[in-house]
Amino acid sequence: MIHQYKLNGYSIVLDTCSGSVHSVDDVAYDIIAMYKEKSADEIVSDICEKYKDREDVTPEEVRLCLDDIAELERGGKLFSKDIYEGLAFDFKNRSNDIKALCLHVAHTCNLNCEYCFASQGKYHGERAIMSLETAKRAIDFLVEHSGARHNLEVDFFGGEPLMNWDVVKKTVEYARSIEKEKNKNFRFTLTTNGVLVNDEVIDFCNREMHNVVMSLDGRKEVHDRFRVDYMGNGSYDKIVPLFQKFAKARGGKSYYVRGTYTHLNTDFTKDIFKMADLGFTELSMEPVVCAPDDPYALTKEDLPVLFEQYEILAKEMLKRKKEGRPFTFYHYMIDLTNGPCIYKRISGCGSGTEYMAVTPCCVLFPCHQFVGDEKYSMGNIWDGVTNEGVRDMFRSCNAYARPECKDCWAKFYCSGGCAANAYHATGSINGVYEYGCELFKKRMECAIMIKVAEDEEND
Amino acid sequence: MKRIKTLETRDLCKSAVKGGCGECQTSCQSACKTSCGVANQQCENSNK
Repeated sequence: MIHQYKLNGYSIVLDTCSGSVHSVDDVAYDIIAMYKEKSADEIVSDICEKYKDREDVTPEEVRLCLDDIAELERGGKLFSKDIYEGLAFDFKNRSNDIKALCLHVAHTCNLNCEYCFASQGKYHGERAIMSLETAKRAIDFLVEHSGARHNLEVDFFGGEPLMNWDVVKKTVEYARSIEKEKNKNFRFTLTTNGVLVNDEVIDFCNREMHNVVMSLDGRKEVHDRFRVDYMGNGSYDKIVPLFQKFAKARGGKSYYVRGTYTHLNTDFTKDIFKMADLGFTELSMEPVVCAPDDPYALTKEDLPVLFEQYEILAKEMLKRKKEGRPFTFYHYMIDLTNGPCIYKRISGCGSGTEYMAVTPCCVLFPCHQFVGDEKYSMGNIWDGVTNEGVRDMFRSCNAYARPECKDCWAKFYCSGGCAANAYHATGSINGVYEYGCELFKKRMECAIMIKVAEDEEND
Repeated sequence: MKRIKTLETRDLCKSAVKGGCGECQTSCQSACKTSCGVANQQCENSNK
Protein backbone atom coordinates (compact mmCIF):
# COMPACT_ATOMS: atom_id res chain seq x y z
CA MET A 1 0.00 0.00 0.00
CA ILE A 2 1.26 3.46 -0.84
CA HIS A 3 0.11 6.99 -0.13
CA GLN A 4 0.90 9.91 -2.43
CA TYR A 5 0.47 13.58 -1.66
CA LYS A 6 1.79 16.99 -2.60
CA LEU A 7 2.52 19.59 0.01
CA ASN A 8 4.58 22.77 0.13
CA GLY A 9 6.01 22.07 -3.32
CA TYR A 10 7.09 18.53 -2.50
CA SER A 11 5.73 15.36 -4.08
CA ILE A 12 5.85 12.58 -1.54
CA VAL A 13 5.24 8.85 -1.73
CA LEU A 14 4.90 6.78 1.43
CA ASP A 15 5.14 3.02 1.45
CA THR A 16 2.95 1.98 4.36
CA CYS A 17 4.28 -1.46 5.21
CA SER A 18 8.01 -0.81 4.93
CA GLY A 19 7.83 2.71 6.36
CA SER A 20 9.75 4.05 3.38
CA VAL A 21 9.50 7.71 2.40
CA HIS A 22 10.23 8.83 -1.15
CA SER A 23 10.58 12.37 -2.41
CA VAL A 24 9.87 12.35 -6.14
CA ASP A 25 9.45 14.71 -9.06
CA ASP A 26 6.12 15.23 -10.84
CA VAL A 27 6.89 12.69 -13.52
CA ALA A 28 7.79 9.89 -11.11
CA TYR A 29 4.77 10.86 -8.99
CA ASP A 30 2.44 10.26 -11.94
CA ILE A 31 4.21 7.08 -13.01
CA ILE A 32 3.94 5.60 -9.52
CA ALA A 33 0.23 6.44 -9.47
CA MET A 34 -0.28 4.45 -12.69
CA TYR A 35 2.21 1.68 -11.96
CA LYS A 36 -0.20 -0.96 -10.71
CA GLU A 37 -3.05 0.02 -13.01
CA LYS A 38 -1.53 0.21 -16.46
CA SER A 39 1.00 -1.59 -18.66
CA ALA A 40 4.48 -0.13 -19.19
CA ASP A 41 3.58 0.86 -22.76
CA GLU A 42 0.42 2.63 -21.63
CA ILE A 43 2.35 4.50 -18.95
CA VAL A 44 5.03 5.60 -21.41
CA SER A 45 2.38 6.84 -23.80
CA ASP A 46 0.31 8.63 -21.15
CA ILE A 47 3.30 10.30 -19.48
CA CYS A 48 4.86 11.44 -22.76
CA GLU A 49 1.52 12.93 -23.78
CA LYS A 50 1.05 14.74 -20.48
CA TYR A 51 4.57 16.14 -20.46
CA LYS A 52 4.95 16.67 -24.21
CA ASP A 53 6.29 20.18 -23.65
CA ARG A 54 9.15 18.94 -21.51
CA GLU A 55 12.39 17.93 -23.18
CA ASP A 56 13.48 15.75 -20.31
CA VAL A 57 10.45 13.48 -20.57
CA THR A 58 11.16 10.97 -23.32
CA PRO A 59 10.05 7.33 -23.67
CA GLU A 60 13.55 6.27 -22.60
CA GLU A 61 13.37 8.47 -19.52
CA VAL A 62 9.98 7.09 -18.54
CA ARG A 63 11.26 3.53 -18.95
CA LEU A 64 14.27 4.33 -16.76
CA CYS A 65 11.92 5.61 -14.09
CA LEU A 66 9.82 2.46 -14.43
CA ASP A 67 13.00 0.43 -13.86
CA ASP A 68 13.74 2.42 -10.71
CA ILE A 69 10.24 1.79 -9.39
CA ALA A 70 10.60 -1.93 -10.10
CA GLU A 71 13.90 -1.92 -8.22
CA LEU A 72 12.30 -0.24 -5.21
CA GLU A 73 9.48 -2.77 -5.31
CA ARG A 74 11.95 -5.66 -5.39
CA GLY A 75 13.83 -4.08 -2.50
CA GLY A 76 10.66 -3.93 -0.40
CA LYS A 77 10.50 -0.14 -0.38
CA LEU A 78 7.49 0.38 -2.62
CA PHE A 79 4.21 -1.55 -2.81
CA SER A 80 5.44 -3.74 0.02
CA LYS A 81 3.02 -6.30 1.43
CA ASP A 82 1.33 -6.21 4.81
CA ILE A 83 2.79 -9.22 6.60
CA TYR A 84 2.30 -8.13 10.19
CA GLU A 85 -1.26 -9.02 11.11
CA GLY A 86 -0.29 -12.16 13.02
CA LEU A 87 2.25 -10.25 15.07
CA ALA A 88 -0.36 -7.88 16.50
CA PHE A 89 -2.26 -10.44 18.48
CA ASP A 90 0.84 -12.42 19.40
CA PHE A 91 2.63 -9.40 20.83
CA LYS A 92 -0.03 -8.33 23.28
CA ASN A 93 -0.67 -11.92 24.34
CA ARG A 94 2.94 -12.43 25.29
CA SER A 95 2.68 -11.01 28.79
CA ASN A 96 0.69 -8.99 31.28
CA ASP A 97 3.62 -6.73 32.09
CA ILE A 98 2.75 -3.18 33.05
CA LYS A 99 5.32 -0.46 32.46
CA ALA A 100 3.54 2.83 33.01
CA LEU A 101 1.07 4.31 35.46
CA CYS A 102 -0.79 7.57 35.42
CA LEU A 103 -1.12 8.46 39.08
CA HIS A 104 -4.14 10.63 39.76
CA VAL A 105 -2.71 12.16 42.89
CA ALA A 106 -5.36 14.88 43.04
CA HIS A 107 -8.93 14.59 41.85
CA THR A 108 -9.36 18.25 42.45
CA CYS A 109 -8.16 21.40 40.77
CA ASN A 110 -7.56 25.05 41.53
CA LEU A 111 -8.77 26.03 38.08
CA ASN A 112 -12.29 25.60 36.76
CA CYS A 113 -11.83 25.04 33.04
CA GLU A 114 -15.18 24.34 31.38
CA TYR A 115 -13.61 22.26 28.61
CA CYS A 116 -11.74 19.90 30.95
CA PHE A 117 -12.30 16.25 29.96
CA ALA A 118 -11.76 15.41 33.64
CA SER A 119 -14.64 17.67 34.72
CA GLN A 120 -12.46 20.10 36.67
CA GLY A 121 -10.34 17.23 37.94
CA LYS A 122 -13.16 15.34 39.60
CA TYR A 123 -13.67 12.83 36.79
CA HIS A 124 -17.43 12.98 37.37
CA GLY A 125 -16.93 11.87 40.98
CA GLU A 126 -16.09 13.42 44.32
CA ARG A 127 -13.03 15.54 45.00
CA ALA A 128 -10.25 13.36 46.37
CA ILE A 129 -6.56 13.38 47.19
CA MET A 130 -4.32 10.34 46.91
CA SER A 131 -2.70 9.26 50.18
CA LEU A 132 1.01 8.54 50.39
CA GLU A 133 0.18 4.95 51.31
CA THR A 134 -1.80 4.56 48.08
CA ALA A 135 0.89 6.23 45.98
CA LYS A 136 3.63 4.01 47.43
CA ARG A 137 1.51 0.94 46.89
CA ALA A 138 1.02 2.03 43.26
CA ILE A 139 4.81 2.14 42.86
CA ASP A 140 5.11 -1.34 44.37
CA PHE A 141 2.27 -2.57 42.15
CA LEU A 142 4.08 -1.26 39.09
CA VAL A 143 7.38 -2.88 40.08
CA GLU A 144 5.67 -6.18 40.88
CA HIS A 145 3.88 -6.29 37.53
CA SER A 146 6.63 -4.95 35.30
CA GLY A 147 8.41 -8.24 34.64
CA ALA A 148 11.78 -7.68 33.00
CA ARG A 149 11.01 -4.13 31.85
CA HIS A 150 13.72 -1.77 33.03
CA ASN A 151 12.26 1.64 32.18
CA LEU A 152 9.10 2.40 34.15
CA GLU A 153 7.05 5.55 33.72
CA VAL A 154 4.95 7.33 36.28
CA ASP A 155 2.96 10.42 35.43
CA PHE A 156 1.71 12.63 38.24
CA PHE A 157 -1.62 13.75 36.93
CA GLY A 158 -4.89 15.18 38.13
CA GLY A 159 -6.76 17.39 38.50
CA GLU A 160 -3.83 19.44 39.57
CA PRO A 161 -1.03 17.30 41.05
CA LEU A 162 0.65 20.26 42.76
CA MET A 163 -2.36 20.33 45.11
CA ASN A 164 -0.89 17.13 46.54
CA TRP A 165 2.76 18.12 46.18
CA ASP A 166 4.02 16.53 49.36
CA VAL A 167 2.76 13.12 48.23
CA VAL A 168 4.36 13.65 44.81
CA LYS A 169 7.76 14.32 46.41
CA LYS A 170 7.55 11.45 48.86
CA THR A 171 6.41 9.06 46.14
CA VAL A 172 9.42 9.99 44.03
CA GLU A 173 11.71 9.54 47.03
CA TYR A 174 10.20 6.13 47.71
CA ALA A 175 10.55 5.00 44.11
CA ARG A 176 14.17 6.18 44.00
CA SER A 177 14.88 4.28 47.21
CA ILE A 178 13.90 0.95 45.65
CA GLU A 179 14.76 1.32 41.97
CA LYS A 180 18.36 0.13 42.20
CA GLU A 181 17.53 -2.94 44.22
CA LYS A 182 14.65 -3.75 41.87
CA ASN A 183 16.76 -3.03 38.76
CA LYS A 184 14.32 -0.44 37.47
CA ASN A 185 14.66 3.06 36.10
CA PHE A 186 11.77 5.36 36.97
CA ARG A 187 10.91 8.19 34.65
CA PHE A 188 8.55 10.69 36.19
CA THR A 189 6.38 13.23 34.46
CA LEU A 190 4.42 16.04 36.07
CA THR A 191 1.50 17.70 34.31
CA THR A 192 0.55 21.05 35.82
CA ASN A 193 -1.61 24.11 35.25
CA GLY A 194 1.16 26.23 36.77
CA VAL A 195 -0.78 28.00 39.49
CA LEU A 196 1.26 26.50 42.34
CA VAL A 197 4.65 26.45 40.62
CA ASN A 198 7.38 27.97 42.77
CA ASP A 199 11.17 27.72 43.10
CA GLU A 200 10.99 24.60 45.21
CA VAL A 201 8.75 22.85 42.67
CA ILE A 202 11.08 23.90 39.86
CA ASP A 203 14.19 22.65 41.69
CA PHE A 204 12.65 19.34 42.63
CA CYS A 205 11.25 18.72 39.16
CA ASN A 206 14.56 19.54 37.53
CA ARG A 207 16.23 16.93 39.70
CA GLU A 208 13.58 14.24 39.48
CA MET A 209 11.13 14.71 36.63
CA HIS A 210 12.08 13.25 33.28
CA ASN A 211 9.44 15.46 31.71
CA VAL A 212 7.18 18.32 32.73
CA VAL A 213 3.98 19.21 30.89
CA MET A 214 2.80 22.79 31.38
CA SER A 215 -0.74 23.67 30.34
CA LEU A 216 -1.00 26.91 28.38
CA ASP A 217 -3.46 27.60 25.56
CA GLY A 218 -1.53 30.32 23.76
CA ARG A 219 -2.81 33.88 23.43
CA LYS A 220 -4.00 35.51 26.65
CA GLU A 221 -7.58 35.93 25.45
CA VAL A 222 -7.70 32.30 24.32
CA HIS A 223 -6.11 30.94 27.49
CA ASP A 224 -8.26 33.01 29.81
CA ARG A 225 -11.47 32.06 28.02
CA PHE A 226 -11.39 28.65 29.70
CA ARG A 227 -8.48 28.47 32.11
CA VAL A 228 -9.99 30.46 34.98
CA ASP A 229 -10.11 30.09 38.74
CA TYR A 230 -13.33 29.58 40.69
CA MET A 231 -13.86 33.35 40.80
CA GLY A 232 -13.69 33.43 37.02
CA ASN A 233 -10.29 35.13 36.89
CA GLY A 234 -7.99 34.13 34.04
CA SER A 235 -4.73 32.41 34.98
CA TYR A 236 -2.55 33.61 32.09
CA ASP A 237 -0.81 36.51 33.82
CA LYS A 238 0.02 34.38 36.83
CA ILE A 239 1.31 31.28 35.13
CA VAL A 240 3.20 32.57 32.09
CA PRO A 241 6.13 34.05 34.05
CA LEU A 242 6.25 30.91 36.19
CA PHE A 243 6.30 28.64 33.15
CA GLN A 244 8.97 30.81 31.51
CA LYS A 245 11.14 30.43 34.57
CA PHE A 246 10.38 26.71 34.76
CA ALA A 247 11.17 26.05 31.10
CA LYS A 248 14.40 28.03 31.27
CA ALA A 249 15.47 26.14 34.36
CA ARG A 250 14.89 22.80 32.68
CA GLY A 251 18.15 23.27 30.82
CA GLY A 252 18.31 20.39 28.38
CA LYS A 253 15.68 18.34 30.19
CA SER A 254 12.41 17.49 28.54
CA TYR A 255 9.33 19.66 28.88
CA TYR A 256 6.28 20.53 26.84
CA VAL A 257 4.07 23.54 26.87
CA ARG A 258 0.77 22.00 25.95
CA GLY A 259 -2.41 23.69 24.86
CA THR A 260 -5.92 22.74 23.85
CA TYR A 261 -7.68 24.30 20.90
CA THR A 262 -11.43 24.38 20.37
CA HIS A 263 -14.00 25.54 17.85
CA LEU A 264 -13.49 29.02 19.29
CA ASN A 265 -9.84 29.24 18.19
CA THR A 266 -9.51 27.28 15.00
CA ASP A 267 -6.73 29.72 14.13
CA PHE A 268 -4.67 27.86 16.73
CA THR A 269 -1.35 28.38 14.99
CA LYS A 270 -1.48 31.92 16.35
CA ASP A 271 -1.51 30.36 19.81
CA ILE A 272 1.42 28.09 19.00
CA PHE A 273 3.39 31.03 17.61
CA LYS A 274 2.52 32.99 20.73
CA MET A 275 3.98 30.19 22.85
CA ALA A 276 7.12 30.23 20.73
CA ASP A 277 7.33 34.02 20.98
CA LEU A 278 7.13 33.69 24.77
CA GLY A 279 10.36 31.70 24.56
CA PHE A 280 8.99 28.16 24.77
CA THR A 281 10.51 25.74 22.30
CA GLU A 282 8.86 22.37 23.05
CA LEU A 283 5.22 22.72 22.12
CA SER A 284 2.09 20.66 21.88
CA MET A 285 -1.44 21.67 20.94
CA GLU A 286 -4.33 19.25 21.09
CA PRO A 287 -7.87 19.30 19.73
CA VAL A 288 -10.45 19.54 22.54
CA VAL A 289 -12.09 16.33 23.76
CA CYS A 290 -15.74 17.06 24.60
CA ALA A 291 -19.34 16.22 23.79
CA PRO A 292 -20.38 17.08 20.21
CA ASP A 293 -23.08 19.46 21.41
CA ASP A 294 -20.73 21.56 23.53
CA PRO A 295 -20.54 25.09 22.08
CA TYR A 296 -16.77 24.82 21.74
CA ALA A 297 -16.77 21.36 20.08
CA LEU A 298 -14.93 21.18 16.78
CA THR A 299 -17.28 20.91 13.81
CA LYS A 300 -17.14 19.33 10.39
CA GLU A 301 -16.92 22.80 8.90
CA ASP A 302 -13.79 23.45 10.96
CA LEU A 303 -11.86 20.60 9.33
CA PRO A 304 -10.59 22.40 6.20
CA VAL A 305 -9.59 25.34 8.39
CA LEU A 306 -7.68 23.04 10.72
CA PHE A 307 -5.96 21.31 7.79
CA GLU A 308 -4.76 24.68 6.58
CA GLN A 309 -3.56 25.54 10.08
CA TYR A 310 -1.44 22.41 10.27
CA GLU A 311 0.14 23.32 6.93
CA ILE A 312 0.80 26.88 8.08
CA LEU A 313 2.44 25.46 11.20
CA ALA A 314 4.71 23.12 9.25
CA LYS A 315 5.84 25.88 6.88
CA GLU A 316 6.44 28.31 9.72
CA MET A 317 8.52 25.73 11.58
CA LEU A 318 10.73 25.27 8.54
CA LYS A 319 11.04 29.04 8.19
CA ARG A 320 11.92 29.62 11.84
CA LYS A 321 14.45 26.81 11.78
CA LYS A 322 16.22 28.51 8.90
CA GLU A 323 16.13 31.76 10.83
CA GLY A 324 17.82 30.09 13.79
CA ARG A 325 14.81 30.20 16.11
CA PRO A 326 13.38 26.69 15.84
CA PHE A 327 10.72 25.09 17.96
CA THR A 328 9.37 21.57 18.05
CA PHE A 329 5.75 20.51 17.82
CA TYR A 330 4.91 17.25 19.53
CA HIS A 331 2.89 15.78 16.67
CA TYR A 332 5.51 16.67 14.11
CA MET A 333 8.28 14.92 16.00
CA ILE A 334 8.89 11.89 13.88
CA ASP A 335 12.08 9.92 13.92
CA LEU A 336 12.39 8.15 10.59
CA THR A 337 15.57 6.22 11.40
CA ASN A 338 15.10 5.47 15.10
CA GLY A 339 11.33 5.40 15.41
CA PRO A 340 9.25 2.60 16.86
CA CYS A 341 9.52 -1.00 15.71
CA ILE A 342 6.62 -2.69 13.99
CA TYR A 343 5.40 -4.26 17.25
CA LYS A 344 4.91 -0.85 18.80
CA ARG A 345 3.33 0.45 15.63
CA ILE A 346 0.68 -2.25 15.54
CA SER A 347 0.03 -2.66 19.24
CA GLY A 348 -0.76 0.97 20.01
CA CYS A 349 -0.49 3.13 23.08
CA GLY A 350 -0.70 0.28 25.57
CA SER A 351 -3.76 1.53 27.46
CA GLY A 352 -5.39 -1.19 29.53
CA THR A 353 -2.45 -3.53 29.07
CA GLU A 354 0.96 -1.99 29.76
CA TYR A 355 -0.40 1.41 30.79
CA MET A 356 -3.07 2.10 33.42
CA ALA A 357 -4.40 4.96 35.50
CA VAL A 358 -4.72 4.80 39.28
CA THR A 359 -7.34 6.87 41.11
CA PRO A 360 -7.00 8.30 44.65
CA CYS A 361 -9.22 5.39 45.74
CA CYS A 362 -6.71 2.85 44.36
CA VAL A 363 -8.87 1.81 41.39
CA LEU A 364 -7.22 0.87 38.11
CA PHE A 365 -8.59 2.13 34.80
CA PRO A 366 -7.27 1.46 31.27
CA CYS A 367 -6.08 5.06 30.98
CA HIS A 368 -6.73 8.52 32.40
CA GLN A 369 -9.50 9.13 29.89
CA PHE A 370 -11.56 6.19 31.20
CA VAL A 371 -11.29 7.17 34.85
CA GLY A 372 -14.72 7.52 36.43
CA ASP A 373 -16.43 5.23 33.92
CA GLU A 374 -17.20 2.24 36.13
CA LYS A 375 -17.69 -0.10 33.17
CA TYR A 376 -13.97 0.19 32.65
CA SER A 377 -12.85 -0.32 36.23
CA MET A 378 -10.15 -3.02 36.00
CA GLY A 379 -9.40 -3.79 39.64
CA ASN A 380 -7.20 -2.05 42.17
CA ILE A 381 -3.57 -1.72 43.14
CA TRP A 382 -3.95 -4.04 46.13
CA ASP A 383 -5.67 -6.98 44.40
CA GLY A 384 -4.36 -6.32 40.90
CA VAL A 385 -6.33 -6.62 37.68
CA THR A 386 -9.49 -8.55 38.48
CA ASN A 387 -11.61 -7.54 35.51
CA GLU A 388 -9.85 -9.60 32.87
CA GLY A 389 -12.64 -8.84 30.42
CA VAL A 390 -11.55 -5.23 30.16
CA ARG A 391 -7.90 -6.18 29.82
CA ASP A 392 -8.77 -8.64 27.04
CA MET A 393 -10.82 -5.98 25.31
CA PHE A 394 -7.84 -3.62 25.28
CA ARG A 395 -5.44 -6.42 24.37
CA SER A 396 -7.35 -6.94 21.16
CA CYS A 397 -7.25 -3.23 20.38
CA ASN A 398 -4.56 -2.72 17.73
CA ALA A 399 -3.90 -1.58 14.19
CA TYR A 400 -5.84 -4.55 12.82
CA ALA A 401 -8.83 -4.37 15.15
CA ARG A 402 -10.90 -2.09 12.93
CA PRO A 403 -11.91 -2.99 9.37
CA GLU A 404 -11.82 0.73 8.52
CA CYS A 405 -8.06 0.79 9.18
CA LYS A 406 -7.25 -2.11 6.88
CA ASP A 407 -6.63 0.05 3.83
CA CYS A 408 -5.53 3.19 5.64
CA TRP A 409 -2.01 4.34 4.83
CA ALA A 410 -1.56 5.85 8.29
CA LYS A 411 -2.24 2.72 10.33
CA PHE A 412 1.38 2.19 11.34
CA TYR A 413 1.69 5.80 12.45
CA CYS A 414 -1.41 5.80 14.65
CA SER A 415 -1.82 2.10 15.41
CA GLY A 416 -5.57 2.36 15.04
CA GLY A 417 -5.89 5.52 17.08
CA CYS A 418 -6.82 6.43 20.63
CA ALA A 419 -9.22 3.94 22.27
CA ALA A 420 -10.75 6.67 24.43
CA ASN A 421 -11.41 8.90 21.42
CA ALA A 422 -13.02 5.94 19.65
CA TYR A 423 -15.14 5.10 22.68
CA HIS A 424 -16.37 8.64 23.15
CA ALA A 425 -17.18 9.05 19.47
CA THR A 426 -18.76 5.66 18.76
CA GLY A 427 -19.46 3.91 22.07
CA SER A 428 -16.82 1.25 21.35
CA ILE A 429 -13.07 1.23 21.84
CA ASN A 430 -12.91 -0.61 18.53
CA GLY A 431 -14.85 2.10 16.77
CA VAL A 432 -13.29 4.78 14.59
CA TYR A 433 -13.21 8.44 15.53
CA GLU A 434 -13.14 9.66 11.95
CA TYR A 435 -12.63 13.31 12.81
CA GLY A 436 -9.53 12.41 14.80
CA CYS A 437 -8.32 10.23 11.92
CA GLU A 438 -8.55 13.14 9.52
CA LEU A 439 -6.55 15.40 11.81
CA PHE A 440 -4.01 12.70 12.51
CA LYS A 441 -3.42 11.98 8.82
CA LYS A 442 -2.96 15.65 8.10
CA ARG A 443 -0.45 15.96 10.92
CA MET A 444 1.51 12.98 9.62
CA GLU A 445 1.59 14.41 6.10
CA CYS A 446 2.94 17.65 7.51
CA ALA A 447 5.46 15.93 9.77
CA ILE A 448 6.87 13.87 6.91
CA MET A 449 6.92 16.88 4.59
CA ILE A 450 9.14 18.63 7.12
CA LYS A 451 11.52 15.66 7.03
CA VAL A 452 11.57 15.73 3.24
CA ALA A 453 12.22 19.47 3.21
CA GLU A 454 15.03 19.17 5.75
CA ASP A 455 16.56 16.31 3.77
CA GLU A 456 16.46 18.46 0.65
CA GLU A 457 18.19 21.33 2.44
CA ASN A 458 20.91 19.07 3.75
CA ASP A 459 21.84 18.00 0.22
CA MET B 1 17.77 7.44 -9.12
CA LYS B 2 17.09 10.53 -11.14
CA ARG B 3 13.49 11.22 -10.23
CA ILE B 4 13.11 9.43 -6.92
CA LYS B 5 14.95 10.15 -3.72
CA THR B 6 14.44 7.67 -0.91
CA LEU B 7 14.94 9.02 2.59
CA GLU B 8 16.72 6.90 5.13
CA THR B 9 14.09 5.17 7.26
CA ARG B 10 13.91 2.28 9.68
CA ASP B 11 12.92 -0.88 7.81
CA LEU B 12 9.72 -1.99 9.54
CA CYS B 13 9.96 -5.50 8.15
CA LYS B 14 13.44 -5.97 9.64
CA SER B 15 12.27 -4.46 12.94
CA ALA B 16 9.98 -7.47 13.35
CA VAL B 17 13.08 -9.63 13.93
CA LYS B 18 14.58 -7.88 16.95
CA GLY B 19 11.77 -5.53 17.92
CA GLY B 20 9.21 -5.73 20.67
CA CYS B 21 11.43 -5.25 23.72
CA GLY B 22 8.85 -2.86 25.19
CA GLU B 23 11.36 -0.43 26.68
CA CYS B 24 10.02 2.52 24.70
CA GLN B 25 7.85 5.19 26.22
CA THR B 26 4.14 4.64 26.58
CA SER B 27 2.68 6.80 23.86
CA CYS B 28 0.39 8.94 25.95
CA GLN B 29 2.82 9.72 28.74
CA SER B 30 4.67 12.57 27.15
CA ALA B 31 2.58 15.47 26.03
CA CYS B 32 -0.67 14.74 24.35
CA LYS B 33 -2.87 12.79 26.77
CA THR B 34 -5.81 13.03 24.41
CA SER B 35 -4.95 12.11 20.83
CA CYS B 36 -1.76 10.17 20.69
CA GLY B 37 -0.25 8.10 17.94
CA VAL B 38 2.86 5.98 18.01
CA ALA B 39 4.86 7.56 15.22
CA ASN B 40 6.66 10.07 17.38
CA GLN B 41 7.99 7.59 19.91
CA GLN B 42 11.66 6.77 19.96
CA CYS B 43 13.00 3.25 19.97
CA GLU B 44 14.93 2.34 23.12
CA ASN B 45 15.97 -1.15 22.10
CA SER B 46 19.68 -1.48 22.85
CA ASN B 47 19.88 -4.72 20.88
CA LYS B 48 18.44 -3.84 17.50
